[in-house]
Amino acid sequence: MMAGKEMKGRVIYFPPELEEVEGEAIVSRTPLSFYGGIDAKSGIVIERGHELEGKNVKDRILVFPNGKGSTVGSYVIYGLKKNGFAPKAIINKETETIVATGAILAGIPCVDKIDTEEIREGQRIKVMKDGTVYSTR
Amino acid sequence: MYLGPDDEKIFNGEEGEIREKMIKLLVNLGEIYGADKLIPIGSAQVSGISYKSIGDPGMEFLEDVADKGAKVRVLTYINPAGMDLENWRELGFSEDFAVHQMRIIDAFRRMGMVITATCTPYLSGNVPRFREHVAWAESSAISFINSVIGARTNREGGPSALAASIIGKTPNYGLHLEENRRAEVVVDVERELKESDWGALGYLVGKMVKNKIPYFRGIKNARVDELKALGAAMAASGAVALYHVEGITPEAHLQSIDGLERITVTDSDLEKAYETLNTGKEPDIVIFGCPHASIEEINTVAKAVEGKRLKKPLWICTSRAMKEVANRMGYTQTIEKAGGKIVADTCMVVSPIEELGFKTTAVNSGKAACYLPGFCKQNVVFKSVDELIGMVVE
Repeated sequence: MMAGKEMKGRVIYFPPELEEVEGEAIVSRTPLSFYGGIDAKSGIVIERGHELEGKNVKDRILVFPNGKGSTVGSYVIYGLKKNGFAPKAIINKETETIVATGAILAGIPCVDKIDTEEIREGQRIKVMKDGTVYSTR
Repeated sequence: MYLGPDDEKIFNGEEGEIREKMIKLLVNLGEIYGADKLIPIGSAQVSGISYKSIGDPGMEFLEDVADKGAKVRVLTYINPAGMDLENWRELGFSEDFAVHQMRIIDAFRRMGMVITATCTPYLSGNVPRFREHVAWAESSAISFINSVIGARTNREGGPSALAASIIGKTPNYGLHLEENRRAEVVVDVERELKESDWGALGYLVGKMVKNKIPYFRGIKNARVDELKALGAAMAASGAVALYHVEGITPEAHLQSIDGLERITVTDSDLEKAYETLNTGKEPDIVIFGCPHASIEEINTVAKAVEGKRLKKPLWICTSRAMKEVANRMGYTQTIEKAGGKIVADTCMVVSPIEELGFKTTAVNSGKAACYLPGFCKQNVVFKSVDELIGMVVE
């Protein structure tokens, strides 16, 4: 087990074939829009002026408080997965339907009810099948 | 959430990957919203059809679903597309847009959806009965069937309505449950409403009540077209999915309104709504049919332009089915002779009208007046049919 913090979340989706996923956190303190916000063909955040602008979500543990914007965002999450640029997992304070729908369709682990303020950029994060999130110090 | 044996099979992947994914979407959404089970639906209606709205990500997703052999289990209609599926070239849509739009339409057709491309399915062959559970996604149609017919649907999104259509079920929560259909705000209307007033009232009330259920008093009579306009505007400026009108809608008499918050809408409130919505002066184009025009609404415009000559383009948006009837009745010919057009399968909100060179659009719809500035970068002129036609005849 990793040393550090343990947080218990609610599982929105976890692929049945996986037990856990682990990766490096990419963290947004502000809500994220997938449609017009992230390029499904590269994984790069393209929303002008967004704190993550220019960064890539591929293979990271994507942490943000909640989704915003168009419902087409669900399709962008699906597109990220299909094109090979998806994050390894999504962690939210509150997962609304746009992100939930996208995560389920794409098959990306997604956990909410986590205090995202407690996670820092670049931290090593482990997300378990039961919704437990471990972070390193 | 309880799953029956048939649901379990789908959930465990015994009916293939795509049905598994779709039922998981329904179950997960159901769990988020506290549903106890999945319930069978009588029909579905899917949104997110226009290439302008869903772009490449949506198109590729839908093609994937169709490629994997997904088929609808219940009668399913689709929302308006981004262009007239037959006369797009003549109306000025680009070849590139058309190619992508047709790929989306083809994906829906392969799934077995009815390619009506209308926001008023209830005017052309998809009508739920009183208390029937359905899963619809077009906000104005949701409002209409919940309120005017008394059918039961939540405000579905494109993917959740698609999943409901493919599974034939929807999670049992929200407006599917009797206790969530109760009036929450009383709205006293002090003006006798005419024509575009219905849209203005809807715009105003939607803004005030947001996603609550209003109960209207003071409305003595209402035609179906008028209720269609009222509900559409409330669903656009707010997120109203159900409303009751005393003495008119089927669940109004079941409501207890004692102790509810009260709002009064006066003449001057409505005048202010017109002032807010009128952001433009001289229209570049006049567009009717938001939601899609009924045959009676088409006839009204035909009568108003008969024997006249229009100096600006005029479109009436409607379903292909209504256009066929308008052709047969000679309404189309009358409107074309004056210089207007009947445009089928699409509407001004989801088509790229800003790319066709229009900057100010005139409408008689509260919903369109609410959406056009944001979705299509348009200035808006919002008035009644007669007033608008008066502005553009030679």
